[in-house]
Amino acid sequence: MHKSLYINPDKCTGCLQCEMACSYENYGVFNPAKSRIKVFDFHHSGRKVPYTCTQCDEAWCLHACPVDAIQLDPATGAKIVLENVCVGCKVCTIACPFGTVNYVQDTGKVQKCDLCGGHPACSEACPTGAITYIDADWTGLERMKQWADKLGNQPHA
Amino acid sequence: MSWAGKILRVNLTAGTCAPETLNKQWARDYLGQRGLATKYFVEEVDARVDPLSPANKIIWATGPLTGTMASTGGRYSVITKGALTGAIACSNSGGYWGAELKFAGWDMIIFEGKSPKPVYLCIEDDKAQLLDAGFIWGKSVWDTEPAIKARHQNPQMRVSCIGRAGETGCLFAGVMNDLHRAAGRSGVGTVMGSKNLKAIAVRGTKGVGNIHDPKGFMAATVAAKKILADNPVTGQGLPKYGTQVLMNVINEIGAMPTRNHRDVQFEGAKDISGEAMHEPRKTDGKPNLVTNQACFGCTIACGRISKIDETHYTVKTRPEYWGASGGLEYEAAWALGSANGVDDLEALTYANFICNEDGMDPISFGATIGAVMEMYEMGVLTKEQIGIEAPFGSAKALTYLAEVTARGEGFGKEVGLGSKRLTAKYGHPDLSMSVKGQEFPAYDSRGIQGMGLTYATSNRGACHLRGYTVASEVLGIPIKTDPLVTDGKADLVKAFQDATAVFDSAGICVFTSFAWTLADVAPQLAAACSDEFTLDELNKIGERIWNLEREFNLRAGFTAKDDTLPKRLLTEPAKTGPAKGLVNGLPKMLPEYYKARGWDSDGRPTAQTKARLGL
Repeated sequence: MHKSLYINPDKCTGCLQCEMACSYENYGVFNPAKSRIKVFDFHHSGRKVPYTCTQCDEAWCLHACPVDAIQLDPATGAKIVLENVCVGCKVCTIACPFGTVNYVQDTGKVQKCDLCGGHPACSEACPTGAITYIDADWTGLERMKQWADKLGNQPHA
Repeated sequence: MSWAGKILRVNLTAGTCAPETLNKQWARDYLGQRGLATKYFVEEVDARVDPLSPANKIIWATGPLTGTMASTGGRYSVITKGALTGAIACSNSGGYWGAELKFAGWDMIIFEGKSPKPVYLCIEDDKAQLLDAGFIWGKSVWDTEPAIKARHQNPQMRVSCIGRAGETGCLFAGVMNDLHRAAGRSGVGTVMGSKNLKAIAVRGTKGVGNIHDPKGFMAATVAAKKILADNPVTGQGLPKYGTQVLMNVINEIGAMPTRNHRDVQFEGAKDISGEAMHEPRKTDGKPNLVTNQACFGCTIACGRISKIDETHYTVKTRPEYWGASGGLEYEAAWALGSANGVDDLEALTYANFICNEDGMDPISFGATIGAVMEMYEMGVLTKEQIGIEAPFGSAKALTYLAEVTARGEGFGKEVGLGSKRLTAKYGHPDLSMSVKGQEFPAYDSRGIQGMGLTYATSNRGACHLRGYTVASEVLGIPIKTDPLVTDGKADLVKAFQDATAVFDSAGICVFTSFAWTLADVAPQLAAACSDEFTLDELNKIGERIWNLEREFNLRAGFTAKDDTLPKRLLTEPAKTGPAKGLVNGLPKMLPEYYKARGWDSDGRPTAQTKARLGL
């Protein structure tokens, strides 16, 4: 059974603990510039929105890669970059409609979210529950519950 | 390690930028940020220097925990000789800028001299260059940051800059970053402006990767974050209400300075409180508060993000002010509100936006307006002089004066002198509610006695962030003491002052001290930097920093006579509330404090004290 990152921007405060956790997990450095999840601060509305790869089933990045450096991790469903195969051609960064695969100058390879092998560091570091890691088939469960509460959890008139 | 190990020296006169190796011994003795930068400053600058002369220097400094996963580890401070005070100045800010500087590989930047023309410093990792600021000089903070990002085609840059207040010589101009975070007090922005330095833009991609004991550090920071989450103040009160959680509390105990400290309780407090910010407005049905917001790395998230009522007189025809931005913290709500008897929440929010937009300390601004309104009511200042009728309670006078002061226009030029110089100019120096030229924050020391001693002895002039005994006297942190008595306050103030110096030097936010003691900070610093940072060592470092600052002020010409309070607080008893009939008991506390500090009766650290602290 696979899990998905579930992001609720309403709960995000913009602290960037997720970005530091991501870079620390993957590079051993606190460095948002190397994070695979980014928090966007929409100043005019006051909203902060974390955004990262959604692990498409028919992944554009995977299909676009000329050397098959992006592969499915069957254990988690993540599309992972094989660094020893990647040639840094960046075609995947063009193919991805969401911008969540990006080139890393230091390594000459691309990087994307790999769900940390099933224990996403961003989710563990998030202090407010804005980023959770839940049953991939039920990312709508919380919202369904809110509507069920609104529509059905009232005493009959 | 956790310091980047490298500092940048910028000579504005010569237009040069040069890297230097960090002095490791000083880092060990003074930690970072406030302490370490002050050490550099006092070693390099003559204490008698004119703050606005090229001989003054100004330092932007991070701490060892800045840019790490320690909660609130994103702080930086601006250290200089204050334009408002002539004392050592150190103003602390959150937001994202401090961490970005660290990620670029720098612990601090020392600016010296004065640029012949407006410039900004642009740092991209190791590369640092001074660039022409012609396209942003004369622009507000809110216009400067986007203009720099656009010029460099880099939306990920972080910008620390001044607005028009800092350019036009307002003596309480602050340094702003991330549009609404501020190194606000003592006129550090005025010093920046006097050097023709408009902004520091930073993009850092190197990160912090030299943690001494990474596994130990992650364990220590996770444990410390849990303490913050489980604490009712840092886990619930601050995220929900921000520092504005205090408005009703402080008013109830009769320590709410009102109408230039004539009163100690404000009848309109509830209308400008944290609770009021949550209430749907009658006009549009929306609350003033949009959301809370964290600074970099912060798991408390006390920041207020507000929207002004679009139908309010201040913004009705100006949609550029309809968006969300930094809302009222307690200090701003008090200084703009209670200090002037103004209870219009939307007007206060607008005045706060103006302070942010052009980089102006809302505390000193608001408190100076309190003095202006008192002099207006006395007939000392007239409508013609001020440009508007300005009785206590006038929201229109407040917002008008915010606009002209921020831009250095008309009577705003005079407001920009601060209350000490302004009241002296018009023959009523006793009406300045300040110490060492800096205006009081939001706690009346007749109702919270220890704060009187805190203000009188604060090294940067009147300030709540140099020894927040409110925590003990009102909130019971770490132990409850009686706010109405002076007994024991000398030791309490000293303990808070020394501990705060460590928080301010570590790269973390002093608000963590609602839940953490130095015993919670020590393991994080030990794991990040070196095992030698034990609790005992941190206590010593805090006291060392305090005395270092004190010695600078003494050399600058301050004496024990300056460790005092305005006559009003020492002779006019509180009229209402629990403190009714009380004045501040400073004369009793001050000698006890000097003794507790190991200072002589003139407030000078004794040779023995200096030797004990390695000064």
